[in-house]
Amino acid sequence: MTWFVYAEESGGKASTISLEMLTKARGLGGDVAAFAVGTASESWFAALGAHGAATVHHLDPGDALPSAAAAAALGTLVGPGDTVLFGLTPNDRDVAGRFAARTGAAVLSNAIDIRVAGATITVVNEILGGTMLVETAFSGPGPHVIVARPKSFAAEPGAAATPAVRPVTVPDGGRSTSARIVARHSETSQGPSLADAAVIVSGGRGMGSAEKFRLVDDLARLLGAAVGATRAVVDSGWVPYSMQVGQTGKTVKPAVYVACGISGAMQHLVGMKDSATIIAINKDEEAPIFGIADLGIVGDVHQVLPKLIAALQAR
Amino acid sequence: MKIAVCVKQIPDPATPYALDPITHFVVRPAEQVLDDTDRYGIELGLQLAEASGGTVTLVSMSPVGNLQGIRQALAMGADKAVVVNDPALRGSGALVTARVLAAAIAREEADLVITGTESTDGYAGVVPQMIAELLDLPALTFARKVTLEGTTLKVERQTAGGYDEVEATLPALISVTSGAVEPRYPTFKGIMQAKQKPVDQPTAADLGLEPATVGAAGSGQVISEVRPAPERSGGVKIKDEGEAHLEIVKLLERAKVI
Repeated sequence: MTWFVYAEESGGKASTISLEMLTKARGLGGDVAAFAVGTASESWFAALGAHGAATVHHLDPGDALPSAAAAAALGTLVGPGDTVLFGLTPNDRDVAGRFAARTGAAVLSNAIDIRVAGATITVVNEILGGTMLVETAFSGPGPHVIVARPKSFAAEPGAAATPAVRPVTVPDGGRSTSARIVARHSETSQGPSLADAAVIVSGGRGMGSAEKFRLVDDLARLLGAAVGATRAVVDSGWVPYSMQVGQTGKTVKPAVYVACGISGAMQHLVGMKDSATIIAINKDEEAPIFGIADLGIVGDVHQVLPKLIAALQAR
Repeated sequence: MKIAVCVKQIPDPATPYALDPITHFVVRPAEQVLDDTDRYGIELGLQLAEASGGTVTLVSMSPVGNLQGIRQALAMGADKAVVVNDPALRGSGALVTARVLAAAIAREEADLVITGTESTDGYAGVVPQMIAELLDLPALTFARKVTLEGTTLKVERQTAGGYDEVEATLPALISVTSGAVEPRYPTFKGIMQAKQKPVDQPTAADLGLEPATVGAAGSGQVISEVRPAPERSGGVKIKDEGEAHLEIVKLLERAKVI
């Protein structure tokens, strides 16, 4: 049996989630192959190999929205005994859903761990805002699909190995493959990314307005931190979606997470509760965020943050 | 233009969820509410229907209970609803759910299918893409802005690092993010009219689906264990009397990030 890992190219490099999944897959027994979608490069393929892919099946989708074509191509490679791993990201989810619908594969989503005992594959996921853990096993014939939450597994290179690269041609997919990408726009902020930052400063609805949200930016700049936000803030248009932390945004595990004006809705907590140290500032004494904060300040962010910024500037 | 909007009734997120001790499935009370994130898809459907003289049909799969959540959706202005209501569907996984919804949508001959990006209670996050594949439709997913020019759909699609401008021609599927449009509040007239709007309630068999292929039996997965996650306990909580920021500075020093 083979573990296929969906591996998207992102800015010429391997997506972080693909390296996390390859690292996990190589410890599960069986062969490991990457299904690589993007513009070919030696360094990208080498990274996939170093993290565990013995074979790289490569598809270049051009300007097509790759989901339908990628799912069709993947369908020709994956056999009944195989399992495909995807990340819980927009592009991965598009291919995962289509692939499962094509092949009849059962899908277990939101995986934070994968276990294999004999022929049984079991997936662990969190429900109800991370308060309960559920173990679910595939019970039918394969192939199977697992959609994993980012940051569930550490990405670590293993023995350096050059993978066998096999080009995959774009299948003629008809109507479903007809969506086209006309233009691409990057909205990543200055400074470190949410994925890599040691410190993250996040703001919630309690910041009050897009204007006042700048206090979060100011503190982040002083700390060399990445800026995060809650879903409510993103939905209000104060900051772009690429900064959203939570169930439907990014999962982060920094050394320090500073939550400013964030009440701590389940949907947000799921994305940041595994941070090493959590600091929370919120007016509402009863806010759920205080239930997981190492240091909780019951106070007004518009009082506390300017003083904190001044104190750090004075150092 | 015929527009189908997928919606879901869920237990009120403001109440604690209970799990059935035997099946481990979420217990669904008779009184469920409309998943709040569905309001964006309904609003988009209504706007496009109003601009083109089309109709909006809600499509859902759930134990109906008292249909409170569906009536909430109809009150916004949708024309009718199809709620696949069948005890045989209990325990259906993502793919079975998609097959049921796709079969119901196919019967409506929709030109455009609109969904949210994931449900608030289940959040597998792959059902819209499955529906698109089953109906052989292009899918413009994670839309944060949608425009329709003739039969060409133009969407700003959220990506991990920004957004893409993507296009497809009808028929097609769109999944919309929260914030894509501003959902309207139901009017009193809308609420009164919703009580009279048609709600078709086919079974899985009515849609041509074999019993063995739906529900827990057709989903290829079995829950083996449910347990509480290790709890993270809170630490110190202090009230700001004007000097609390100094505690943050101390903790940042201890964490060696300043």
